[in-house]
Amino acid sequence: MSGKDRLPVFPSRGAQTLMKARLKGAQKGHSLLKRKADALQMRFRLILGKIIETKTLMGEVMKEAAFSLAEAKFATGDFNQVVLQNVTKAQIKIRTKRDNVAGVTLPVFESYQDGTDTYELAGLARGGQQLAKLKKNYQSAVKLLVELASLQTSFVTLDEVIKITNRRVNAIEHVIIPRIEKTLAYIISELDELEREEFYRLKKIQDKKRIARQKAELKAEKMKLLALENSVDVDAPSMLDEGDEDLLF
Amino acid sequence: MALHSAIKGKLVSVIGDEDTCVGFLLGGVGEINKNRHPNFMVVDKNTSVSEIEECFKRFVRRDDIDIILINQNVAEMIRHCIDSHMQPIPSVLEIPSKDHPYDPTKDSILRRARGMFNPDDFK
Repeated sequence: MSGKDRLPVFPSRGAQTLMKARLKGAQKGHSLLKRKADALQMRFRLILGKIIETKTLMGEVMKEAAFSLAEAKFATGDFNQVVLQNVTKAQIKIRTKRDNVAGVTLPVFESYQDGTDTYELAGLARGGQQLAKLKKNYQSAVKLLVELASLQTSFVTLDEVIKITNRRVNAIEHVIIPRIEKTLAYIISELDELEREEFYRLKKIQDKKRIARQKAELKAEKMKLLALENSVDVDAPSMLDEGDEDLLF
Repeated sequence: MALHSAIKGKLVSVIGDEDTCVGFLLGGVGEINKNRHPNFMVVDKNTSVSEIEECFKRFVRRDDIDIILINQNVAEMIRHCIDSHMQPIPSVLEIPSKDHPYDPTKDSILRRARGMFNPDDFK
């Protein structure tokens, strides 16, 4: 694993600085992503709490609405088919706005009244009051449900984003950073190796030079001795052999 | 797209029993578009599961619908459809019906959140 799990780079000083910069970048990114994940998580919990609260409220509102429907039916008689057949244009519509949490856009629904009431005349003969109450109840139910829907949509979106962010955080922490660290270690070890080789080479050259010098000295000594024995100035250096640069001819 | 949806109001659609539909229609969410397609569906005991499924998918495909309200007992019939619906828009909301009390443990969304909260909070 240790041999395989590193980036394919040539071990040089340049690559080392590059890797160091990358490591730093990865660590910075990791801490930033972690903070983002925390922020999202906080928002997520908040929304979850609100959803639970609203769902409980929804149960009560729906109960009341259903009850008022029964009341209206009792007062007016059966009007189901009339209502179902007379649908034309929606009175309550939804507007979408966008909320931004740590770079994540969350849709926020908002209901608004648009146009006139189609069932203005329903219950004109009798049960008008009950019908009005019924309409009011259902309108508030719709309002609540729209709120719940935007919470729920945020919930789903955030859930997805949190998963992605956590995956990224873990990937950086457990894959990318170790890989860069291993690459760095590899580069350092290779560079050390090169340095040792270089040192050894220098030493070897010095050694060779020393030996050569010793040999030359020994040879010169011998020649001198020989010359003394023969008492001939064989080795008297010629002035011309010295190669004086200023000498032209 | 964002600008477009900001200007044009979206609809709420309802799939549920007759009383639920009538209630919400009186609340003013009903609309029949130019092609005479309503944005609600009345489910009675004769409605087949495939019809509900078909209708649900049609509502999901329509881009003028942002919220789908569905009775929980109806949702139970097409649970696989709802579970496979992953996009945030349109958002599917399960509501209690007149003759079936709301059971939080069956809700698709809340099942995803299981473990994060205590289901007893509802009672």
